[in-house]
Amino acid sequence: MRNLIAFPVLTLAFILQMSIVRRVTLLSGAADLPLLLLAAWALQEEVASAWLWALLAGFISAFVSGLPPLAPLTAYLLIVGLARLIQRQVWRLPVLAMFTVTLLGTLILHLFSFLALQISGSPISLGDTLAFITLPGLFLNFLLAFPAYAAMRDLATWVYPSENLL
Amino acid sequence: MKDSARIAILFLIVAGILALALGGYFGFISQRFNVSLVAVQAWVSTRFVAIQEFITLPRESASLIRRNAELEAEVSRLQAQVVQYKQQVSQTEALAALVNFSRSNPESSYTAASVIGRDPSPFLHYIIIDRGSADGLRRGMPVVTEKGLVGRIDAVIANAARIQLITDPGSSVNVRLEKAGREAALAGSVSGDLSLELLAQDVPVETGDILLTSGLGGGYPPDLIVGQVLNIRKRDSDLFQQVTIQPVVDFSALKIVLIITDFRPVDITPLLQIP
Repeated sequence: MRNLIAFPVLTLAFILQMSIVRRVTLLSGAADLPLLLLAAWALQEEVASAWLWALLAGFISAFVSGLPPLAPLTAYLLIVGLARLIQRQVWRLPVLAMFTVTLLGTLILHLFSFLALQISGSPISLGDTLAFITLPGLFLNFLLAFPAYAAMRDLATWVYPSENLL
Repeated sequence: MKDSARIAILFLIVAGILALALGGYFGFISQRFNVSLVAVQAWVSTRFVAIQEFITLPRESASLIRRNAELEAEVSRLQAQVVQYKQQVSQTEALAALVNFSRSNPESSYTAASVIGRDPSPFLHYIIIDRGSADGLRRGMPVVTEKGLVGRIDAVIANAARIQLITDPGSSVNVRLEKAGREAALAGSVSGDLSLELLAQDVPVETGDILLTSGLGGGYPPDLIVGQVLNIRKRDSDLFQQVTIQPVVDFSALKIVLIITDFRPVDITPLLQIP
């Protein structure tokens, strides 16, 4: 039953992403709320459903986005794997872990999006992508990283109360 | 006699005093008297008001605080109403402009739709609208505003559709320079800038030239306004000119769009020879 929380949270995250966050752009870059929430959720020690969240985020993204579906799905799974790995390594510094996963996660997602669009025939250049999308997007993601982590920390405490009491 | 004499003396004294007063001889004394009287009156009045305020102030203060809260709530409500009215006015203006456009272009039939979102990925310039296949929308239908071309429908579900804007890096629109009468391909980019491709060096282009859809390829109907030439760069070493285009539509402020529902796009992909 705890896994069901992924549906409303990720659906809401994508709605907010499409209606608000994507309109607040820096050059052509925008923050990625689903990525941040997914990374923050995967960094919570007691959470066991992060892989399910990655799959669900990938499916929702495939449904609403024009990107080739495999790109966000693969990127989200890799980001969760990375987050779980980093969480085990630097569990005493969760904020540092969040910023690290935000940095690497943004790069992974953008790399996969870039490659997928290149393969599908969209003529986009790596230089333009870095200058107009990735670097501004990274900056905006860093701004939202800590609030996203705090929100997911509270959610994890609410969803897994017994583990926190032990 | 004694009483009569006393009365007469008293009368004379009073009459004399009155005569002196009327003659202005007591002015100084009466002025001093008046000043003292006013001072006493003011002192009493001030103390009375102070005591009255001291007694009634807590009740008045609570009343004022309550009244202030009521007024603040009223101001907030009115401000929200003003914002709502402004939005309605803005929407009405946009709709009126679209109605004018559809009336001035009666050869096509249109369906209006509101923009409800954008693609979650910043790599793509797509918007989401609140009309879908249940409203007769199909993939490939062109989308316009009263100003000009917006893009075309990329995907449809029952009650929503995704539109690929002409600024998307994967978009390519066959256009015609109105003045020169020559065709070219309009391409989008990651940054949202538009540029002309395949425009030969000998084609005369000037800043401000209008671009219309050519209708070639069957993707868009002809003669829809797309934009105007913003910047031209010619280099002898290049095969084609580099021309930057200013779109007529402000894609960051899109709220309502029109879908041309009676246009059936032609997919010529099977006819293209792939080497």
